[in-house]
Amino acid sequence: MYQLLKQIAKTGIVTEPAPAPDESLRLAGRELGNAILRHFGRALAIRHVDAGSCNGCELEIHALNSPYANPERLGIRFVASPRHADLLLVTGPVSRNMETALRRTWEATPDPKLVVAIGDCGCTGGIFGESYASCGRVSNVIPVDVAVPGCPPTPAAILQGILTAVGSRGQRR
Amino acid sequence: MKLKELDIEVDPLPGAMPVFRARIKAAELPEVCGWSHAGKARLVALWGSDETHRGSGFALHVALAFPSGLLWLTAPLERANPRYPGIAEIYPAAGRMQRACADLLGIRPYEGTDERKWLRHGAWPADVFPLRKDFDPAGRFAQQPDRYSFVPVAGEGVHEIPVGPVHAGTIEPGHFRFSIVGEKILRLEERLGYKHKGIEKRFEQMTLAEGARLAGRVSGDSTVAYAWAYAMAAEGATGTEPPRRALALRGVLLELERIANHLGDLGYLGNDVALAFGFAQFWRLKEDLLRLNARLFGHRYLMDTIAPGGVVRDLPRAEAEGLVRALGTIGREVATLQSIYEEHAGAQDRFIMTGQVLPELAERMGLAGFAGRASGVKRDLRVDYPVPPYQQLDPRMISHTRGDVAARVLVRFEELFESIRLIEALVQELPPGEIRASLGRAGRAAGIGWVEGWRGEVLIALETDGERIHRLHPHDPSWQNWPLLEHAVHGNIVPDFPLINKSFNLSYSGQDL
Repeated sequence: MYQLLKQIAKTGIVTEPAPAPDESLRLAGRELGNAILRHFGRALAIRHVDAGSCNGCELEIHALNSPYANPERLGIRFVASPRHADLLLVTGPVSRNMETALRRTWEATPDPKLVVAIGDCGCTGGIFGESYASCGRVSNVIPVDVAVPGCPPTPAAILQGILTAVGSRGQRR
Repeated sequence: MKLKELDIEVDPLPGAMPVFRARIKAAELPEVCGWSHAGKARLVALWGSDETHRGSGFALHVALAFPSGLLWLTAPLERANPRYPGIAEIYPAAGRMQRACADLLGIRPYEGTDERKWLRHGAWPADVFPLRKDFDPAGRFAQQPDRYSFVPVAGEGVHEIPVGPVHAGTIEPGHFRFSIVGEKILRLEERLGYKHKGIEKRFEQMTLAEGARLAGRVSGDSTVAYAWAYAMAAEGATGTEPPRRALALRGVLLELERIANHLGDLGYLGNDVALAFGFAQFWRLKEDLLRLNARLFGHRYLMDTIAPGGVVRDLPRAEAEGLVRALGTIGREVATLQSIYEEHAGAQDRFIMTGQVLPELAERMGLAGFAGRASGVKRDLRVDYPVPPYQQLDPRMISHTRGDVAARVLVRFEELFESIRLIEALVQELPPGEIRASLGRAGRAAGIGWVEGWRGEVLIALETDGERIHRLHPHDPSWQNWPLLEHAVHGNIVPDFPLINKSFNLSYSGQDL
């Protein structure tokens, strides 16, 4: 136990400042009303859905939860069920075999809800494109508010996309 | 020539690894595989191809690893009746691979085996085969009803828990059907294929140069292993020799990938036993390493750093020294964390004797990679086939015999330290010279890439038609290991499933293709 406490003390706090939102990531026609944003302003519950990625984007979503980015300090946490979620963080391309599951997950998420598509594949279908097995971009299957490009996007870029979706400045509350 | 271990005619296939090719009749498959099995050869991969454009019907391919090298068997199948005697009774891991071949190509074993679909859910009809050459890549089909019969488990007090495809944590999609009594798992049946996105068909629409980027995205967490395997296959098929400096740098990249993945999983293994401290510490170290990767090689996960012919980024001396210093720091911190994990009674209580795969079962089912080594299956391509850059390094085979979560944790710790040592040795004697050779012309050729990734052996089997890819099968070790997860959970409690699952950390994308 002594060694564990010593390690914690030695490490200190490594968390870095959160990025500012970037409105250029928002998809056209998905501006949110202020009333809705006030709703999300204080605490945001995220459900991640991997709809067919190569798992590269998942690595960065894991890294987002590292102590460097530490989204919980901003009131952002990942939840286990879409029924508890305000926002779906979706990686893609959406495989045809995940199309129904993604749609059902979206339907199970209570309104008002937000969707952030992650990665080049989530934004455009990427290298996998559209085919007999792939629906391509996430917005081909469910409405998307913000799309974050990158292969994979960095944790800071993902956090920026999330903060853009809720229109938050990301200040510590 | 003849293979040392087997009395059949083989042709050596040019390339970095010892590979031999043989054409046999489909009817001879069980006999040849039976001899191979008796001769301690393991099944690496099984796949099919459509050879109509080359004047025959279909073909079934089987890759077997012998002590002297990889044997690539090809058995032609008739166009009209593409059936063959299955080999799942000899090599159980072949079962799901045979089912995938049936879904994608319509080539099937004779009666008597599991005939359920595997990668096909409802995205295309049962009588359409996407990997056939006459399949229209622009073809789209309405979602079909997806009926799949799980093996029913009956008895007093037995009930089922269906989990997935969308899971509770940040992981890839798959379905797990638990049959449980009280808290104990009586049976687990996996259903995968949710991430099938047509990777193999996509390769066939690409040139040899274009395919490299896709190979690095078969399973993102193993991008280096796949990119290297792809490059090795392409170099073999084109008779290209990558410069020695490039090979040494590939070794550095592969070991960096191993370290990054072990760091991440060791953190999650702490997290899964409620030791959040472990998650925070290991993910801090992993983030440090990812940032170092980005600075030195331009990408946090080293994607697209290996290319056919060599590597795209050099490592100047000053940066190499910085890398060694940074890894030294990470190594010292990991050693501290290892002693904290080992002295933490709560963590050890959850790790020890949980999710056990005993050596005999692991050997019989072909458990691959570090999970296999944690169950006494002492195989590691870096040790077994010492080709450059591992030739002079004498990599240490790290293994254990208990086959539980604790053994897999221990093997990961030890492999992490060994990878740091290998990188130090590699950068200290980086050969001078170029980092990339231009790729030769392909023609109608074949090549094999075979690389010990962090999870296990990654295989890429490539056949070219000029600059185009005729057929490419990327094979992830997860094919071998997923069935063992079903065994590992027997008798364990449901809440230990995430822990057991993470201790293997198998790829869904790499298996679903």
